[in-house]
Amino acid sequence: MGVKTIGAMEMPNERTREIPKTKELEMTGAEIVLECLKHEGVEVIFGYPGGSVLPLYDALYDSDLRHILVRHEQGAVHAADGYARSTGRPGVCIATSGPGATNLVTGIANAYMDSVPIVAFTGQVGLGLIGKDSFQEADITGITIPITKYNYLVRDVNKLAQTIHEAFYLATTGRPGPVIIDLPKDITTKTAAFSYPPQRELPGYKVIRRGNHEKIRQAVLAIENAKRPVIIAGGGVISSGAHKELAQLVEKTGIPVITTLMGKGAFPEDHELTLGMLGMHGTAYANYAVCEADLVLSAGMRFDDRVTGDVNTFAPKAKIIHIDIDPAEIGKNVRVDIPIVGNCRDVFREILKRIKKISFPEWLERVSGWRRDYPLKYSGGEKLKPQFIVEEISRLTNGEAYITTEVGQNQMWAANYYTCKYPRRFISSGGLGTMGFGLPAAIGVQVAHPEAIVFDIAGDGSVQMTSQELATAVTYRLPINIAILNNNYLGMVRRWQELFFNGRYSETKLSSSPDFVKLAEAYGARGIRVTSPEEVRPALQEAIHAPEPVIIDFIIDPKENVYPMVPAGGSLNKMLGR
Amino acid sequence: MKHTLAVLVQNRPGVLTRISGLFSRRGYNIESLSVGRTEEPTISRITIVVEGDDQVVEQVCKQLYKLVDVIKVSDITKDAHVDRELILIKVNADPANRGEIMQFVDVFRAHVVDIGKNSLIIEATGDEEKINAIEASLQPFGIKEVVRTGKVAMIRGAKPTEK
Repeated sequence: MGVKTIGAMEMPNERTREIPKTKELEMTGAEIVLECLKHEGVEVIFGYPGGSVLPLYDALYDSDLRHILVRHEQGAVHAADGYARSTGRPGVCIATSGPGATNLVTGIANAYMDSVPIVAFTGQVGLGLIGKDSFQEADITGITIPITKYNYLVRDVNKLAQTIHEAFYLATTGRPGPVIIDLPKDITTKTAAFSYPPQRELPGYKVIRRGNHEKIRQAVLAIENAKRPVIIAGGGVISSGAHKELAQLVEKTGIPVITTLMGKGAFPEDHELTLGMLGMHGTAYANYAVCEADLVLSAGMRFDDRVTGDVNTFAPKAKIIHIDIDPAEIGKNVRVDIPIVGNCRDVFREILKRIKKISFPEWLERVSGWRRDYPLKYSGGEKLKPQFIVEEISRLTNGEAYITTEVGQNQMWAANYYTCKYPRRFISSGGLGTMGFGLPAAIGVQVAHPEAIVFDIAGDGSVQMTSQELATAVTYRLPINIAILNNNYLGMVRRWQELFFNGRYSETKLSSSPDFVKLAEAYGARGIRVTSPEEVRPALQEAIHAPEPVIIDFIIDPKENVYPMVPAGGSLNKMLGR
Repeated sequence: MKHTLAVLVQNRPGVLTRISGLFSRRGYNIESLSVGRTEEPTISRITIVVEGDDQVVEQVCKQLYKLVDVIKVSDITKDAHVDRELILIKVNADPANRGEIMQFVDVFRAHVVDIGKNSLIIEATGDEEKINAIEASLQPFGIKEVVRTGKVAMIRGAKPTEK
């Protein structure tokens, strides 16, 4: 049985990489790993050494591969994640066995939920010690089965190169995702003949890219016959590199575009047909448009509960077209009328070939009415509002910066008030909702884009989960900007306590956070404190021009909340604070 | 409704863990599961009986298919197929009622595979109904122990089960 995989390596925005065939050479496992990484086009690794990966780090000592030493393995995997999301190339990280490996778990789960290509190497105790509860032994392949696309425990050094080649192939093709390679210590010291690329043996792995012609024909017909269509673009539009095709489709049809949190940047948000995000903290006009639409063209998104609210009342009047590379996503959460399994870019291209030029003036009129009547709003005044800060970041960087976020209210303010113009520039933990993601992710982004302006829009709670990575940013002179929207609370949780637990604020006040300015300074970064609206712009300007990492501690109005809001499981047209 | 799935997998370490983990994680109910190698030594066949409506079973198949080690998933419930289970029953038997038990064994075309002082082990194969029937028939004598394999199945006719 041969390899039945359809389609070549999918690295969005890149030509398919040809890997030149090498001569056979005898190498140690550790050398093989590094050699494979070079052949796969890896430029940088995020990692943390330890006992079981000593041979690997020893080989790295002589290598020209760039290694970024983090302060906690979670930082390594989030940085690899930020690197991957901002470039479209796989992120690579290394951790040692046992606690090193288990420290990756949150970041791996995070990448899995958001379909991010990561190849993670974990050390493992020697083959003879596996299963004996040896020092720093953890069954990381067992632990990560549900949160990886695939994982490997390498038992034969002769299979090492093949394993790594397969891992990169799996991580980057089809629906991308994290793959772990667990390396017993003695595998890295044994030798084997090395040549590249080896044969892949993945008879069960198939990628369908193009989409069924008949379904595409039905979709085109449905779009042409619709009266009130909307497009919902998810992360798959970005990961398949389909943003140009999406723009062409909108150009040709005039259909308004809603994005999910993961799809933010798939369509330029300064365009008149952009409706922003839908769902629990979506805009009122996006939610109304979905409720009234007679056709929903959803692409590369998975109808998460934060998006749909009550699935029974989701898009009640609409025929649903669902384009996704993963067949298991279709029909999982909502009924779908026209399923199309395929890569968003290829399917959009097919649709574009066939679709007539159409327009929906009456529908757009209604949508504009909602936008006019129910805009995103907050009261300004003298208090320092988080929404204003995000808007200022947006204005000052012309919507062209790379934004990472933490998780909570800061994330929703960032999603709603930052006008993102390009794909791969809004990077947020969508599915898992991992507090502490933003800072290390910003490090990964800045490593990939040394000249770019990078902001981590943070909360005072989230940022403390990984703030030790400031040391990493300082070490490598990565001038990331960490904008802490500091309200001294776990704001999102407090909000739910306010609404659903009669204001019983159990354990959500963070009373003794550090002085973030001093914290920055302690690490050798710059710290700026901002307490009033007029200080915002100068502080942002100072931060952007500073050659070192900067924390800006924005002391915001602690009473501010995220509006509008659809309570969990509610219907999208029943919003609070509209 | 019960569905019978024929799943071809790569014979690699951990494959069963991946599959059973998938069922428990996503809340699917396994009625029975049996696994063994096929005519191709690198490939194993897992026969899974799963309870659920068509929509649930469709999700089960898609999720199984997503596993890298899974080569093919076929829901053969609606195809004409042969299915078999094997049961071993240890039943109380003294010289007085052995004859009576042997009559049941003959009726079901089962076999006695072990004779103890006060017990017999009976082996039977058949579809689920027959296996249930023999177990019920022997109940009055006092069943000490039962072990069943779970179902294996194959499509009737010349074509292979994996279409």
